[in-house]
Amino acid sequence: MAIYTKEEAKQIMERALSFSTADACVINMGGSESGNIRYARNTVSTSGHRSNQTLAVEASFGKKSGTATIDEFDDESLKSVVQRAEELAKLSPENPEFMPPLGPQTYDESVSFVEATANIQPEFRAEVAAKSINPASKQDVTAAGFLDDSYGFSAMMNSNGLFAYNKSTNVDFTVTMRTNDGTGSGWVTRDYNDVNKFNPEEAAKVAIDKAVMSKEARAIEPGKYTVILEPAASVDLLRNMSGAFNARTADEGRSFMSKDDGTKMGEKIVDERVNVWSDPLHPDVPTSTWNGEGMPLKKMKWIENGVVKNLAYSRYWADQKGVDPVPFPSNFIMQGGDATRDELIKSTKRGILITRLWYIRSVDPQTLLYTGLTRDGTFYIENGKIRYPVKNFRFNESPIIMLNNLEALGEQVRINGNLIPYMKVRDFTFTSLSDAV
Amino acid sequence: MKRRKFVQLSGLGAGALMMPSLMIGNNISADQLMMPGMDILTKRKLSDVALNTARSLGSTYADARIGRYLNQYVFTREDKVQNVVNTESFGIGIRVIADGTWGFASTNSVTEDGIKKATQQAVAIAKANSKIQKEPVKLAPVESHGEVSWKTPIKKDFKDVPVSEKVDLLLSANAAAMNNGANFVNSALFMVNEQKYFASTEGSYIDQDIHRIWPTFGVTAIDRGAGKFKSRQAMSAPMGMGYEYMDGLESEKLEGPSGLRLYRNSYDIVEDATLAAKQAKEMLTAKSVQPGKYDLVLEPNHLGLTIHESVGHPLELDRVLGYEANYAGTSFATLDKWKSGDFKYGSDIVNLVADKTQPGSLGAVGYDDEGVKTKKWDLVRNGVLTNYQAIRDQVHMINQNESHGCCYAQSWNDVQFQRMPNVSLEPGKEKYSINDMIKDVEKGIYIAGRGSYSIDQQRYNFQFGGTVFYEIKDGEIVGMLDDVAYQSNTQEFWNSCTKICDENDYRMFGSFFDGKGQPSQVSAVSHGSSTSRFNGVNVINTGRSV
Repeated sequence: MAIYTKEEAKQIMERALSFSTADACVINMGGSESGNIRYARNTVSTSGHRSNQTLAVEASFGKKSGTATIDEFDDESLKSVVQRAEELAKLSPENPEFMPPLGPQTYDESVSFVEATANIQPEFRAEVAAKSINPASKQDVTAAGFLDDSYGFSAMMNSNGLFAYNKSTNVDFTVTMRTNDGTGSGWVTRDYNDVNKFNPEEAAKVAIDKAVMSKEARAIEPGKYTVILEPAASVDLLRNMSGAFNARTADEGRSFMSKDDGTKMGEKIVDERVNVWSDPLHPDVPTSTWNGEGMPLKKMKWIENGVVKNLAYSRYWADQKGVDPVPFPSNFIMQGGDATRDELIKSTKRGILITRLWYIRSVDPQTLLYTGLTRDGTFYIENGKIRYPVKNFRFNESPIIMLNNLEALGEQVRINGNLIPYMKVRDFTFTSLSDAV
Repeated sequence: MKRRKFVQLSGLGAGALMMPSLMIGNNISADQLMMPGMDILTKRKLSDVALNTARSLGSTYADARIGRYLNQYVFTREDKVQNVVNTESFGIGIRVIADGTWGFASTNSVTEDGIKKATQQAVAIAKANSKIQKEPVKLAPVESHGEVSWKTPIKKDFKDVPVSEKVDLLLSANAAAMNNGANFVNSALFMVNEQKYFASTEGSYIDQDIHRIWPTFGVTAIDRGAGKFKSRQAMSAPMGMGYEYMDGLESEKLEGPSGLRLYRNSYDIVEDATLAAKQAKEMLTAKSVQPGKYDLVLEPNHLGLTIHESVGHPLELDRVLGYEANYAGTSFATLDKWKSGDFKYGSDIVNLVADKTQPGSLGAVGYDDEGVKTKKWDLVRNGVLTNYQAIRDQVHMINQNESHGCCYAQSWNDVQFQRMPNVSLEPGKEKYSINDMIKDVEKGIYIAGRGSYSIDQQRYNFQFGGTVFYEIKDGEIVGMLDDVAYQSNTQEFWNSCTKICDENDYRMFGSFFDGKGQPSQVSAVSHGSSTSRFNGVNVINTGRSV
C-alpha cells in the first residue's frame, strides 16, 4: 500500500533528515493508488491498476544542490538516498537561483480527500463502463470511454523545520458516443474529488443525446459568430490565459502581461464582469493547501472587475523584486451568473452552441492567440432555439478578446478541477470548416 | 493530456516540455548510468517465470518485457545550468491472453516472487474483463526468433561523455545567441537509452539496446519599445543516434535560402544558435503576411510535422477502427476508402512509406514490443492509399496475416499498443534542388522548422505555422514574413504537391514525445522528406491586436 498517514510520513521523513549532513535538506514524499478502465467499440479494451510511492531528497551545500529518489523506506535505503543526494550536490554546478528552505508554516486543513473515492473497486469501474455501453447499444450508438480514479498523498519536510502533508482523491470520466452511421458524435466529461457526486447514467445520457442531435450536420460559412461556450469549451483557453499570470516572464518582456518597461498589473484587460480567483478550500474544487515550494495556498484574486489584481511570483523572483512570493493558482474559479444553458440559448437571436474545443495550440504568445476546433456537438441557434447541428469549425481566437466580447455569464460547472461558467460571447472567430465528426 | 499527471521539466519558450512523471524514474548519478544492468541469463530465467506462470494459469499467450530505461537531461538558460537529471527505471511488464481477453500487470520487484504475483494479477484482470469482452483477441502468426539481439548503431554513447562537456556545449550555444543579440535563451539536451528484453510464449528471447538524442533551444529577442517579442527554435531534429550527432560535421550541412543552415545527420548547435539570434531580431520587424493563396515550399524539418499529423496518425489502424475515439479521435481514411483501391490521398508523385528500420531514425528497432521483426512497407504509392499501420491483434481486420511490427510501450510499466512507425515522404525521382522548388514560383512562401500545429479529430482540417517564413516573388526570396499559418484539408493538400527535391535534400524531422492512448503514453518517431512544393494553399494572417 503506497498511502502513508500523516504520522507515518512524518516519522519516515524525520528518519531521513536525521541522516543529513548537508547545509540544507528538503524531503518530499508521495504515494498513489490508481485504477482505470478503458472501453471502445462498446466493449472493454484495457484496464489497469498502478501503485507508486517515492521519496525525494534534495541536499544542498551552499548553492549547490542534488536530488535523489527512492521507493523503499527502511533505514538503510533512507540513509543511502540521503548520501546519494549529498554526493550529487557536491558534483553539481552552483545554481544562482537557489533559495534556502522555508521555515515552519501554518497551513489550512485541506478538504480534498473523500473516503468513498479511495475505496473504489474494479467492479465499480466495470459497472460505469456498462452504464455507457448498455444505453449506447440500445440507441444505435457506440461508446468509447475512460474512467480513472486515484487516491494519493504528498508530504514535505525540511531542515528548517517545515512539515506539510496532504491527502486527496480524484475521479475523472470521459465518454464519446458516436452514432453508428458515423454522422453524429457527442461527448461528456465529469470529474470529482467525491465519487458519490458522480452519476454515470446521467453523464452517458448527455453524450448520447448530443450524438443523436448532431447527426447530419449542415455546413455554414465560417466567420465571426456569437457563441455559447459550455464550460468544457472554454476551460482550456482560460487555463492557458492563467499561464500568462507569471510575474517573471512579464517582467522579462516576453509575455502578454508585459507592458513598456513593466507589466499589466492593475490594468483592465477584459470585461468588468470578469472575476477570477483561486481557492484551495472551495468545497466543489478543493486542492492541497500548500505548493511544491512549501508555500501556504490561500484564496487569491487574479482578475477583479476585469482588472489584473495579482501576478504569481516564485520565491526566487519575489526575492529579486523585493516583494512577497505569490504562489501559482492550484485551481481556476470564474464567477458565473444565474442563467442556465437553456436561458442563454433562449436569449440568443443567432449563434452557435459549442460543446468543446479540441487540439488547442498556441499561435502567438504575444496576443495569447490560440487555434483549435469545435468537436462532439456544435449547433446553430436561431431566435432562441437550437435549429440544427452544424459542421465543426476551426477557430483562431485569444481568451483576452473572448473575455472582452462577453455578452452574458451563466451557471458555474466543475471542469478538470476548475469552476467555469457557461458564457455567451460575441464575434468569436472561426476561420475555416472541418468535415470531421 | 491531464496536466496534473505531467511534470514540467523546463520552460522552453511557449512550447514548454511536459512528460509523464512515470517516465522519469529514479534519480541516479551519471556514473551509475554506466553500470551494467541485469545479465541476460537472469533475464531469460525470470522471463520464463512469467511465461510458465501464465501458462499454468490457463493463458493461451504471454509476453514479458524486462526494461531498464536510462535518461540524462541537461537544462540551461543564458549563462546558468538549471538542472542536470540522470534517471533509471527498471521493472517488468507482463501481458497475457486468458479467456480470449488481454490482461496486463507490471512490477518493479523483478524477482521470481514479484513476477509470479504480477503474472497472477494480469491473468485475473484478463479473466475479469472477459465477462464484458465481445471481440475475443485474435493474434496474427509470428516467427519464433530464438535468442537474438539488436543495437542502435551509435558511434559515441552519451553515457561515456562527461556531463561537463555537455554543459559546456550548451553554454557555448547560449553565449553565441546572447552575443548575437538574443535577450534570452533556453537550451536542453535529452538523451535516452532503452535496454529492453522481450520474451514470449512464441519462443522469442530478444535483447535490444536503443539510443536517442535531442538537442534543442529557444532564442528570444525583445523590442520593449514596440511591445514585441519573437522566438526562434532550434533547427535540430531528435535522432536515433548517439552523441556523435553533436559533432557538427561540415559534410552534413546544407545551404538553405537566405543564409539558412540546415542539418542532416550531424548538428552544429553553436552555429544554429548564432543564426537563431540574428533571425529572432529580424522577425521583430518582418513584414506581416497578406492572407491568400500561396505556393508553399516546405523544408523537411517543417514538412515532417505535417506528415506526422496528416499521414502518420490517420493511417493508424486502431484509430480507423474506433479504439482511440474518446481521446485523439478516429480517421477520415476509413476502410471503404482503402478497399476501393483508388483513393487518391495525394498527387501521383506522392509516395509515403512506413519504416521501422531506417538508420538514424527515432523509430528504428530490430523487433517491436511484441517480438515482430521490423520492416518497411508502403502506405501511399503513386498517390493511392495502399495500407495502414497494424499490429498482431488487429491486422486480421484488414485481411492481412502478418503484423507490421509497430507495437510499442513507453516503459515496462505500460501496456504495449500500436504506435506510429517512421512515416516518410520518398524523395522525388527527378533531380531537383531547393532552388528548383523556388525559381518558378510567382507568389509563394518558403517555410522552415516546426511551429504551431493543430488538426481535427478525423484528420481532415489542419493549421500549421513554422519557425521562419520567407516570401517568394517571381522566383526569388525577397524577405522575411511574420504572422503566417496555412490551413488546408489533408487530401486537398497532398494532391496539391507538384514537385519534390531529390535524395540529396532528404532529411529527417522527429517528434520525441508523441502522445497517444489513455492513460497517455509517449513515443519517439521520425519523418523523412525532401523540400517539397504545394501549390495554391490557403494562408491566413495570425496577427491580432489586443
